[in-house]
Amino acid sequence: MRIIHYFTGFLDIISLMNTPYLRIEEHLDQINIYSMGEWTLYNEPDIHKILQKISPDKPITWDFSEMENFDTSGILLFMIYYEKFKACCKVRVVGYSKEQERMYHLLLKNRVKELVPVQTEGHLYHIGKFVVSGYEEFLKFLDFTGYLFVAFLRYFTHPANIRYKEIIYHIERSGLNALLIISLTSFLVGMVISYQSAVELARFGADIFIVDLAGVSITRELAPLITAIVVAGRSGSAYTAQIGAMKITEEISAMRTMGFDPYYFLVLPRMLALMIAMPLLIFFADILGIMGSMFAASLELNISYTQFLDRLQEVLSVKHFWIGIIKGPFFAILIAMIGCFRGLQVTDDTESIGYQTTASVVNSIFFVIFCDAFFSIILTEWGI
Amino acid sequence: MEKIIEVRDIVTSFGSTIIHDKVNLTVEKNNIYGILGESGSGKTLLMKEMIMLLKPTAGEVWVLGHKLSDIRYQDAQSLRHQWGILFQFGALFTSLTVAENIELQLKEYTSISKKMRDIIVKTKISMVGLPSRAGGLYPSALSGGMIKRAALARALAIDPKLLFLDEPTSGLDPIGARNFDALIVELRELLGITVVMITHDLESIYSIVDRFSVLADKHVVAEGSLENVLQSNHPFVERFFKNNYSEKIKMRVDGNV
Ligand SMILES: Nc1ncnc2c1ncn2[C@@H]1O[C@H](COP(=O)(O)OP(=O)(O)O)[C@@H](O)[C@H]1O
Ligand SMILES: [Mg+2]
Repeated sequence: MRIIHYFTGFLDIISLMNTPYLRIEEHLDQINIYSMGEWTLYNEPDIHKILQKISPDKPITWDFSEMENFDTSGILLFMIYYEKFKACCKVRVVGYSKEQERMYHLLLKNRVKELVPVQTEGHLYHIGKFVVSGYEEFLKFLDFTGYLFVAFLRYFTHPANIRYKEIIYHIERSGLNALLIISLTSFLVGMVISYQSAVELARFGADIFIVDLAGVSITRELAPLITAIVVAGRSGSAYTAQIGAMKITEEISAMRTMGFDPYYFLVLPRMLALMIAMPLLIFFADILGIMGSMFAASLELNISYTQFLDRLQEVLSVKHFWIGIIKGPFFAILIAMIGCFRGLQVTDDTESIGYQTTASVVNSIFFVIFCDAFFSIILTEWGI
Repeated sequence: MEKIIEVRDIVTSFGSTIIHDKVNLTVEKNNIYGILGESGSGKTLLMKEMIMLLKPTAGEVWVLGHKLSDIRYQDAQSLRHQWGILFQFGALFTSLTVAENIELQLKEYTSISKKMRDIIVKTKISMVGLPSRAGGLYPSALSGGMIKRAALARALAIDPKLLFLDEPTSGLDPIGARNFDALIVELRELLGITVVMITHDLESIYSIVDRFSVLADKHVVAEGSLENVLQSNHPFVERFFKNNYSEKIKMRVDGNV
């Protein structure tokens, strides 16, 4: 920006400002504004800055003849300052083209004056909202549980509602396809557990007790937990995302209106499939976990595989195995219910899918561990 | 005339299904160019190939002088700043309000102040015929016609030089559709933009489209002005234009002009 002061009496220009988009001449009795160059979106901020500086106190002549190009934002900008200047001085606009005039009228017709006030909420509002929405979610979960329970009971009076094909499909998706990742994780965990304990046990010369330790901990605790965590991350999240996407595209509304109850078509098949698949997966995780442990024991403590297996048969009572397996259906119910419930909670925007999927995984892992602790306490109380 | 888009010998196929078999068309500057064809004839796919969402199986597309098959990343980005696209089903961002949807490109690509952006957004909302309260709504709260309007406002946000419209007037009431047409003509004349629009709307074809092509049987079976296309005796053209309904509309439109 260049401001040149003219003190010569001849031209009677007091000052002159020259920029690529605007030339402003201030005379004794009037101001001349020349719009020049490209009055478009990308130049708008620059032009705006210059116009802001003008506070006229005498009549204005605004000349458009040197403007090369314009778009809606350029003409809008003119309109805003034209209105502002008009409030205090006489403004005469000259040299505009037919297109510029038509654009001005198009925009004038669509000029919306009133500004919608922006609402801002305080901390108190957010805390309140958090509490209320948490409570509402809890109520909705109770509602969901109730519906699901009734739908499940109705299986016995209306066996035709059972969707075998869907159940088998979900057993494949959530069970069979999870075998690789579950075997890998449980093998590694079994190995790590034995490897770490081997060092300690060797110090006491209690090498062979590695079998007691690994056998009980893997079958009773680790295999069910690992399986549940993998399934929650793998299938629980998938349930939420699938059902959530169906909610957004209104597929669930369509199903409902056609008389397809989502509990029979979406929720129960997933839940039953997991209830069947989970104990089998845990059994599989037991085997792989013990194999991992055997592998570590033979490496670190020189306990041969036959020695390990002989000892295992001696010390591992079958109840530990059954306790591990029994946990399966309970974990399955938790994971499937939370996954489906979270999916049904998805509202109309895609962001809520992300939110609900995260919540689904976090909730189900938490409740699986909580349920496991509950099992521990009850079984210990009963002395099993 | 300057060529804005050139489509040369485009072939599109999915596995063994062939959708386009050597499709050719040329869009000239400052034209409103229509693409007409039955549902499923591949109009949307053709548009997707013009806007770099889909690579054609064979053939070439030039847009604003760029050959799309080996375009550099920067050139592709600069192309994307020069066009506006109205998708058939709106494709509004569901986690943003209508106003935020329209504002997004202004916010990311320019340094225009928040206050000025608000003014631009409000003007665009009103231009496409939405009530001003619509700005604060999320897409899920809009009706089908409102989604179309909001999507047009978003396409117009940065005053693009090239506008792609996929069935802009379907789902609008007849009066709204004519206002849509009028707005598009007005913008074409005032800003010198070029418009490619997929449409089934006979009134739009008779009143605002300068040139168009008819897509049928995997080919462009007719291209040019309305007179040129009407000379074709392809069954689809016969069926679409040479019936009572179509002729009644033509008479009405011609009467208005
Ligand atoms: N990903 C795809 N795989 C196979 N066929 C497709 C795919 N996308 C589109 N098609 C087919 O291409 C044809 C053209 O689709 P489209 O361009 O959307 O039609 P329209 O002309 O109605 O816009 C349709 O028959 C559709 O079934
Ligand atoms: Mg289409």
